[in-house]
Amino acid sequence: MDRRKFISSSVTAGVAAGTAWSFLPLDKVFAAAANDPQLPYDMVAVMGGEPAAMFDKAIAALGGMKSFVKSGQTVVVKPNIGWDRKPEMAANTHPELVAAVVSHCLKAGAKEVLVLDHSCDNWIKAYATSGIEAAAKQAGARLVSADAESQYQTVSIPKGVRLKTAKVHQAILNADVLINVPVLKHHDGAGISLCMKNLMGIVWDRGFWHRNDLQQCIADMATWRKPDLNIVDGYRVLQKNGPKGVTAQDAVLRKSLILSKDMVAADSAAARIFGKEPATIGHIRIANEMGIGVMDTDKLNIHRIKL
Amino acid sequence: MQKNLKYLRIVWALLFLVAVTFLFVDFSETFPEPFYQWILSLQVVPGVMRLGQFLMHGAGVTAWGLVTVLVLTLLFGRVYCSFLCPLGMLQDVAGTISRRFRGKKGRLKFALPQNRWRYAILGLVVVSVFFAGTLLLNLTDPYSNFGRIASDLIRPVYLTGNNLLASGLQALGSYWLYPVEIIRAEPLTLLVPVLVLGLVVWMSVRRGRLFCNTVCPVGTLLGLISRGSLFRLSFNKKTCNRCGDCMYACKSQCIDVKTQTVDVSRCVGCFNCITACDKGGIRYRPAFSGRASKAEATVSSGRRKMLAETAGFLAVAAGSVSLLKAQDAEGSGAEPISFDGAVPEDQLPGLRRVPVSPPGSRGLAHFTSACTACHLCVSACPTGVLQPSFLDYGLLGINMPRMDYMASFCNEYCTKCSEVCPNGAILPLTTEEKSTVQLGQVYFHREHCIVVTDGTSCGSCAEHCPTKAVRMVPYQGELTIPFTDTSICIGCGACQYACPVPEKAIFVLSNKVHQVALKPVEEAVEHQEMEEFPF
Repeated sequence: MDRRKFISSSVTAGVAAGTAWSFLPLDKVFAAAANDPQLPYDMVAVMGGEPAAMFDKAIAALGGMKSFVKSGQTVVVKPNIGWDRKPEMAANTHPELVAAVVSHCLKAGAKEVLVLDHSCDNWIKAYATSGIEAAAKQAGARLVSADAESQYQTVSIPKGVRLKTAKVHQAILNADVLINVPVLKHHDGAGISLCMKNLMGIVWDRGFWHRNDLQQCIADMATWRKPDLNIVDGYRVLQKNGPKGVTAQDAVLRKSLILSKDMVAADSAAARIFGKEPATIGHIRIANEMGIGVMDTDKLNIHRIKL
Repeated sequence: MQKNLKYLRIVWALLFLVAVTFLFVDFSETFPEPFYQWILSLQVVPGVMRLGQFLMHGAGVTAWGLVTVLVLTLLFGRVYCSFLCPLGMLQDVAGTISRRFRGKKGRLKFALPQNRWRYAILGLVVVSVFFAGTLLLNLTDPYSNFGRIASDLIRPVYLTGNNLLASGLQALGSYWLYPVEIIRAEPLTLLVPVLVLGLVVWMSVRRGRLFCNTVCPVGTLLGLISRGSLFRLSFNKKTCNRCGDCMYACKSQCIDVKTQTVDVSRCVGCFNCITACDKGGIRYRPAFSGRASKAEATVSSGRRKMLAETAGFLAVAAGSVSLLKAQDAEGSGAEPISFDGAVPEDQLPGLRRVPVSPPGSRGLAHFTSACTACHLCVSACPTGVLQPSFLDYGLLGINMPRMDYMASFCNEYCTKCSEVCPNGAILPLTTEEKSTVQLGQVYFHREHCIVVTDGTSCGSCAEHCPTKAVRMVPYQGELTIPFTDTSICIGCGACQYACPVPEKAIFVLSNKVHQVALKPVEEAVEHQEMEEFPF
């Protein structure tokens, strides 16, 4: 099942790459693990730079933000702004990265870029303390509250096993493009928090997830609407006491960044940066089994960039 | 010239009333701290309470607002009641509107003072504050009553309006306003504010400032002081033809046209009478000028008798409040609690709760000794964790705010409530001090936990814990289960709020006296530098 899914998604990627696919020798298709600039990348991984510099390189490798955002479109950038924590505590996405993403979207011609998260701490404090409010505003985004139930609308999740419906933020439903910008961090409930876990911040009732098999619900939500692009912030990684962190000592500088359209692939690679085997993280394993994406990074065409 | 005093008063009063109301309904910290302090410092009961805090605890408090009111009263009489008291101004609004509709039927006439009542109430309130706590002050203080009306009754309406507007704008694609979750009050907590609002509106419609001149201890106190005021209203007996226009305009019912006297102790300085008289028959004059009326002859005649009766009242009062206090002592006991064994039954959520008092309040005893339940902290609390109680603190602590961890949880860096509390019931705290104040201690009720009952991951409590007093430890297979360390718990309630089980598997047990928590141990993460991509 998952193998078939993988092949079909590879085919889709191939079609997107144009006619080049049919001229490729067969052995190249099965050796996709190697960096192959001839094929579209499944993932771009960068290490060794500052957040914005790493993002500039990574997005350029995917053909620039124009590959994801068309002129006049509305974009929602969804960082992790869960906590009233400063950037050095690494509980939220790095503000510099969020600002860089916003700028690229606007340069690509986006009509409006909205930034939001259903914070766990008081949202006004979380938006401010994280540095994201100031940085994103500076870059030209509009910060949107996600703190009231009236902003959410029920959607159905036909492929969900436990999570069949969820209330999703109106701005997400209205957006042409959804860019998911999680931070890589330890998480006491989910193991680690990444792309799929970050989508918990676009729904209203998180308690339902916790009551109804958290790991399954995280995977279920990932079947609903796949973000157009996932950008994992691995610049500073909260290695323990996550997802909120107690002191800045809990975080380690990793200076890494991962871009992928495949949440499972991105989460899997990022889990390794964290130091965990992806299959030990419940929702990554389940999502792989459900065919939501590819956990086995050896099957991916990854462009690796060192700065 | 003096005829414009009334209009000056109306403009000022409306602006001030709107400003005070805004303090209680605002949710976006529109105004800076000094604005709060300026308005609050001019309120009499909070000023007196803070002075008390200063005398008892040496807590740094300035009393200049109180001095200002005292000086104003000595100069101009009870202008506080017309210019600074929000409940007084609210009554003026209600009274004015009703009299506009009722015409001559609603006209007020001179009435005798209810001296027995007002001095007895003032006496009872003062004595009870010393011997039994703040209950009577809580119920009679005009500022606190207004606060409850604004915070509990007006605020939800204001928020609803904001939310309707915000969703309308959102439908149009604008995010200029944002909606706010309205935490629904427990119905019984609204009992006092609804009754008091009904009472003051009814009294003001029927009898003008009867509440202020009978029930309100501030009105009575300022009335006593105003007997020595420099400026006061008095008749010009040459021009006055006793037409009664001034009397009909007087909402304090304190102008006796027959004797051409004004009861200074009941006059609230609204200046309606001056404007009403087209002959200049009643004027604001220095007391020492020959024409000024002698301090209300009608009142002084029965003074001796009245004082004797008041003393009798006080004796009865002292007896009854000490009874009340004895009954209530159980609710504000001071012994710290430990939970080595089972949870005390009265602490289980859903049963009779021992309330958690806000950070800075030092514990139930201090908090209940100074709080008059004005609900300013409830309005100002950014997370909404501070909610009005009903009888959680006992009858003597009716409506005092409590930490409601079913509604929200306390932000570890926030000291808003301690900044705004005008009474010193919540004493100022720095963020650093607050980081180790322990309001209560976490208790994990394993049998309710989803990890145990369903065998699935959760960790919601540990996620939200700011100190990792709750952390997840290995359970079965990949599953982890909460583990608590009460020594570093600050009792913020994040775990209880976040617990997805309706009956709560983890909750905070109140520290009747706040304790000091240990700081979490800082330990750097052991890690290896990443040379190559690990995939």
